[in-house]
Amino acid sequence: MNDGVSGASAPRLVRMRDGLNGGLRRVPAWALYFLAPLPALYLLWQGSTGGLGVEPISALEHALGELALQLLIAGLYITPLRRFLGINLMRFRRAVGLIAFFYVFLHLLTWLVLDVQVPALIWQDIVKRPYITVGMGAFALLVPLALTSNNLSIRRLGGKRWRQLHRLVYGAALLGGLHFVMLVKGFQIEPLLYMGAIIVLLVLRLPSPQRLFARSA
Amino acid sequence: AAAGFAGGAHAAEGLEPNSWEEITSYNNYYEFGTGKDDPARYAGDLTIAPWTVKIDGLVDRPGNYTFEDIMSKMTLEERIYRFRCVEAWSMVVPWTGFELADLLGLAGVQSGARYVAFETVLRPEEMPGVSRRVLDWPYVEGLRLDEAMNPLTIMATGIYGRDIPRQNGAPLRLVVPWKYGFKSIKSVVRISVVDSEPPTAWNKSNPSEYGFYSNVNPQVDHPRWSQATEREIGGGLFASRKPTLMFNGYEDEVAGLYEGMDLSRNF
Repeated sequence: MNDGVSGASAPRLVRMRDGLNGGLRRVPAWALYFLAPLPALYLLWQGSTGGLGVEPISALEHALGELALQLLIAGLYITPLRRFLGINLMRFRRAVGLIAFFYVFLHLLTWLVLDVQVPALIWQDIVKRPYITVGMGAFALLVPLALTSNNLSIRRLGGKRWRQLHRLVYGAALLGGLHFVMLVKGFQIEPLLYMGAIIVLLVLRLPSPQRLFARSA
Repeated sequence: AAAGFAGGAHAAEGLEPNSWEEITSYNNYYEFGTGKDDPARYAGDLTIAPWTVKIDGLVDRPGNYTFEDIMSKMTLEERIYRFRCVEAWSMVVPWTGFELADLLGLAGVQSGARYVAFETVLRPEEMPGVSRRVLDWPYVEGLRLDEAMNPLTIMATGIYGRDIPRQNGAPLRLVVPWKYGFKSIKSVVRISVVDSEPPTAWNKSNPSEYGFYSNVNPQVDHPRWSQATEREIGGGLFASRKPTLMFNGYEDEVAGLYEGMDLSRNF
C-alpha cells in the first residue's frame, strides 16, 4: 500500500500523522454539530446589523452558498486524505455531509424567502434559469443522502446499496460547482477553482488502471 | 439645459436619494475587483489629477481637453436619478454634472456622426482588478447620437454636491438613467464621435446577455434572471422587491427614441 510518505523524513511524517490521527480520535463528532450553526448565526447577525454591507440579502445568500460548496468539497476530501496520506477523518464524514446539507438548505431558504419572495416567480426561475435548475438539481440529489445519513438507514439498505446511493454526492458536488460557474458575470477565476477542486477529488476516486486490470484478470 | 432640467426634475419627483454611505460603498467597477466592496477598498490609488479627456472623431475641434478646461465651460446642476443595475438592484443618486450634449457642443459634432464611443482609463499599476481578464480592458461603451444628445444624459462630476469618489467613477463619468448601470461608463478618458455602432465591453464579453441598447425593460429578461422586479439598496435583510419601471421610469422622456424598434430584439 502506498501510504503517501517516503524518503529520509518519512519516520517523522509518519509520527506526525499518527499523532494527528490519535488527537483526532479524542475529538467527538458531535462537537461539529454543536459548531455547525455558529457561522450561520454570525452571518444573520452581521446581515441585520450592517456587517454585510448595504445589500445584505445577496451577501447572505452568496456567503451561505459558498460555505455549502466548501463543506461539500471538505466531505469529498475525507476518503482521499485517508487513502493517500493516511489521515483518518472517517468519523466526521457524516457530520460534514449533514452540515453541508444544512448550509445548502439555508442557502436555498434565503433565496426563496428573502430574495425571490414571490411563489409564482420561484417556480418560473427554477424552470427558466439554467443556473437555478442546476442548483436545484444539486439540492434534490442531496435530499435522499441527508435522509439516510443515520445508522438505521445503513442497516435497512445494507452497506452496499447505501454506498451506491451515497455516490449521488459526486453528482451533487459537480452540479453545485457548475451552479457557481454559471452564475458569475464576466470571466472569473474563483468558481473555476472550486470546479477544478471538485473534478480533481472525483478523478482521484476513479479506479487505477492496475486495479481495473486486476479486476478483469 | 433648462428644458432638460425640467425633464429631469419631473422624473425625479418623489425620489428619496440613497445615503452617501450606500452610494459609495456598493459599486461595480471591475477594474478594482469583482466584489461590491472592492472599488471602495482599492480605488484610492487612482490618480485623478491631472486628467484629460481626448475628444476625437467626427468633431470640429478634436483634442485633449483638461478636466479644468471642461469644468470652466460647463454649467453644473443637480440631477436626482434612479440608478438600475442589470443585476436587478437599484438606488437613487443625487448626481451633480452637466449635459453630455453641452460637452459635445464644445467639440462641435459634424454631420455624418451617428454614435458616440467612450473609454474608461486603464492603469494596471493603479487598478488591481485588471490583472484578471474578467473583461477585455479597457472598458468601452457607446450610445447612439440621439441618446447621447438627450437632455437626460449627463456627465457626472459629483454626488451630494461633493466631488465624485473614485469608486463611483471620478473625476467624470457618464450617467444614462434609463439604461442599465453598466452603460454609464466611469472615469472617462476618451469620447469619440463616430459613424458606426462602437463595440461595448459587456456586449463583447457576452453578446447574448448584454445588448448595445441595454434599456431598462421589465418585459425583457436577462437570460439568467428576471428583470421584472428590483431590490432597492438600503432596505435591509427583509426588504421586498419593487416592480421595475419601463425605461427605469423615464418613459415619457425617451420612449420616442425607440419608436418602431423591437426592444426584445434590440435589447
